[in-house]
Amino acid sequence: MFRSALRASTSLSFAVRRTAAAPRATALSPGLQFARRYLSNDVRQKIQQAVQSTPVVVFMKGTPDLPQCGFSRAVVQVLDLHGVPPEKMKTFNVLEDSELRSSIKEFSDWPTVPQVYINGEFVGGCDIILSMHQSGELENLLEKADVIPKIPESESQTQSSASSS
Amino acid sequence: MAVDTAELESTLRAAIPISHLDIIDQSNGCGENYAILVVSEAFEGKNTLARHRFINELLKKQIAQMHAFSQKTFTPKQYETWLAKQNSS
Repeated sequence: MFRSALRASTSLSFAVRRTAAAPRATALSPGLQFARRYLSNDVRQKIQQAVQSTPVVVFMKGTPDLPQCGFSRAVVQVLDLHGVPPEKMKTFNVLEDSELRSSIKEFSDWPTVPQVYINGEFVGGCDIILSMHQSGELENLLEKADVIPKIPESESQTQSSASSS
Repeated sequence: MAVDTAELESTLRAAIPISHLDIIDQSNGCGENYAILVVSEAFEGKNTLARHRFINELLKKQIAQMHAFSQKTFTPKQYETWLAKQNSS
């Protein structure tokens, strides 16, 4: 059930808006390159809606079940460690959609993937997520965002990296 | 096109005071996969995201040519603390 929702969510119909004569990668004229570098309002709106649709939104390479890059894998593993429930997280596979792959970098003004949004706000990439995880900041952020339940002080144990099931 | 380590370093040094800098080519010499560690007092008062965005902007041209890029940023004080932790483990 989650899988099909995931698949449906990865295609935001970015491809529909592609201008007719736009070939991929290398052969773009300078004018066309210039035009493509700016995000159309339509695409911007679509991404804006996507990052606000679900508490945790991750733009990654591959899927949580099958990450295609070490940094993307690390991010989904850390989120899973904190017990982010599937219904509160949506991921987008940029490898399936080259339009998304370039437009998300423009949208976030961030050069790399993965990218993590929490409650519509850009949090960071793998480096930031990992260091926030180690500092405890990530857990706080997820609790504040109501993504994971707050552990009562009396029951909280040392921050080990083992997850409980 | 591969990225030149010397260029990365000179761009950084020209922009902010650097106490310590590590540039690690993680791509077996291909110059496409870099991890950097930057220690600078210019980071004082900036949260992590702001620091990373700052570096991203500085190295925009070079990062665009890389396949992968990761960074660690510290103020001189934070670097001392981090080193101590690394050495004690």
